[in-house]
Amino acid sequence: MSVLQGTASPAPIPVEIGGVRGGPPRSEVLRRDLWWVQPLITGLGLLGFVAYGTWTAFRGDYYFAGTISGVSHLPSHYLSPFYSPCLVSSCPTAVRWGPIGNVGAISPALLILIFPMGFRVTCYYYRKTYYRSFWASPPACAVADVGSTKSGGVRSRYTGETRFPLVLQNIHRYFWYFAVVFAGLLTWDAIQAFQFGSGWGMGLGTLIFILNAVLIWAYTLGCHACRHICGGSLRKFSSSPTRFKIWSKIVTPLNAHHQLFAWLSLIWIACTDLYVYLVAMGTIHDPRFF
Amino acid sequence: MAIDTAAPASAPETSTTDGRELRMRLWRGDASGGEFVEYRVPAQEGEVVLDVVHRIQATEAPDLAVRWNCKAGKCGSCSAEINGRPRLMCMTRMSALPTEEPITVSPMRAFPVMRDLVTDVSYNYEVAKLIPNFTPGPKPPEGYRMQQVDVERGQEFRKCIECFLCQNVCHVIRDHEENKEHYAGPRFFVRLAELEMHPLDTLDRRAYVRERMGIGYCNITKCCTEVCPEDIHITDNAIIPLKERVVDSRYDPVAWLGRKILSRPDPMSASEAAKHTGAARAAERAAKTKES
Ligand code: SF4
Ligand code: SF4
Ligand code: FES
Ligand code: FES
Repeated sequence: MSVLQGTASPAPIPVEIGGVRGGPPRSEVLRRDLWWVQPLITGLGLLGFVAYGTWTAFRGDYYFAGTISGVSHLPSHYLSPFYSPCLVSSCPTAVRWGPIGNVGAISPALLILIFPMGFRVTCYYYRKTYYRSFWASPPACAVADVGSTKSGGVRSRYTGETRFPLVLQNIHRYFWYFAVVFAGLLTWDAIQAFQFGSGWGMGLGTLIFILNAVLIWAYTLGCHACRHICGGSLRKFSSSPTRFKIWSKIVTPLNAHHQLFAWLSLIWIACTDLYVYLVAMGTIHDPRFF
Repeated sequence: MAIDTAAPASAPETSTTDGRELRMRLWRGDASGGEFVEYRVPAQEGEVVLDVVHRIQATEAPDLAVRWNCKAGKCGSCSAEINGRPRLMCMTRMSALPTEEPITVSPMRAFPVMRDLVTDVSYNYEVAKLIPNFTPGPKPPEGYRMQQVDVERGQEFRKCIECFLCQNVCHVIRDHEENKEHYAGPRFFVRLAELEMHPLDTLDRRAYVRERMGIGYCNITKCCTEVCPEDIHITDNAIIPLKERVVDSRYDPVAWLGRKILSRPDPMSASEAAKHTGAARAAERAAKTKES
């Protein structure tokens, strides 16, 4: 039986292709609920974030709210998450990490955004979202892929994630390694947000930064690649009790809400940035709690 | 013997008609074509879609073909599309459907229609023959033992009732039929995940899952999970873990380097795994009978 030998070009699964299938026409959508609402809303949400992120990343200014130490009651270390870590010589000294010198007019955000962006773009959840909303592949369950009902059309064939470029989605775990570093950096920023010109304290911004770090961790630790690395890859849970605990008590529960944290952390990053921007512009005043 | 399905309309004594009339649009036809036909039947309390379909069969359309068995959501026979959504007819309550417009019931779209609501799902059985079987190592003297946590892990996957609603909704084959030749589909990813997570199993199906079962075609859009009547988290708990395993064996350069440095064995080749499928064993048996 040829089906079993030589998998380089395996013999096809013995089914009849292209026969008459009967049933209602394939192009007809029989769903009667508002199936297009969800892909529309999520698609608009993603577009909104991309638009905001682009504006922020190219802004190159007002991404830091801080005063020179000792001068006042104002915060001294509010750094927008889009700009953390800040690596170039034009970064404010309080938050500069240093190795890269002058890069001229390039916004410091553009140097680092590839990491968080790559992480989100290759995230299993976001993949689902944009395949549905932008690729319409499928737009919703039991609604035909756009183009698939016209045989011979460009979109009548489908190869999923088997070919370049989509096969590159498989590098997601590498972005996850970087994401852990970034979550660490944002945690550091949250700790720094307790610093004010006159010493330690806490303002509304501090809370915003803490929430930002918490949401980023919830999102990063709920990642499917993380779930696999922490314990999912095991064949036998009982022989690795520690990894099983991490898998079952921390990562799997977070993973169950991965979609929620994907959105919350995304929205909150934008909010944090906007807050820093408004404080830096002097539009609003950071209320100080103590 | 009289066939009682063609008996005249008589409401079972236990249910009450509440005066409302249901309009049902059922697909009637075979491989050569067909159309929706509208039937009007009085509404009765506490019914599921399958009851109404049966009532139509018993009254107006004695030749209506519909497959069913348990009427309890356990046999997986009555899969269809109700108002365009893949569901079990016996588990869909009429009271949960809007009745202002007619309710459509059509056969599963991914499979060839045999007649009316009945489809030919044999593609799935062909795939089943290509799954490398459970292959435990030699039996230790005290017998095989499994810990409770390891037993529990596979429990979710064993809930599958093989209704094939997930196979039907999966756009990889629903909308691109040619992919049936090289794609196993969500139900079989569930099976493969169960085997790959089994502590006593000794095969490595990762190369096979990529090359032969076509896991790369799935773009994790989760429709299989949405329709599964057994609430199996197909995408999160079976497909993505399989994809991650395939990354280990195929796409992760560090894992590859690690194997080389620690001189760990390479992943089992797909052709090696293929020797353990039902189809391979059947071929072996056939060859033996021929010899003797
Ligand atoms: S998640 Fe994958 S297997 Fe499930 S329906 Fe979508 S494409 Fe098919
Ligand atoms: S996995 Fe769920 S939807 Fe798929 S065949 Fe099994 S029970 Fe049906
Ligand atoms: S799966 Fe979403 S971040 Fe990895
Ligand atoms: S009749 Fe058995 S599942 Fe519906």
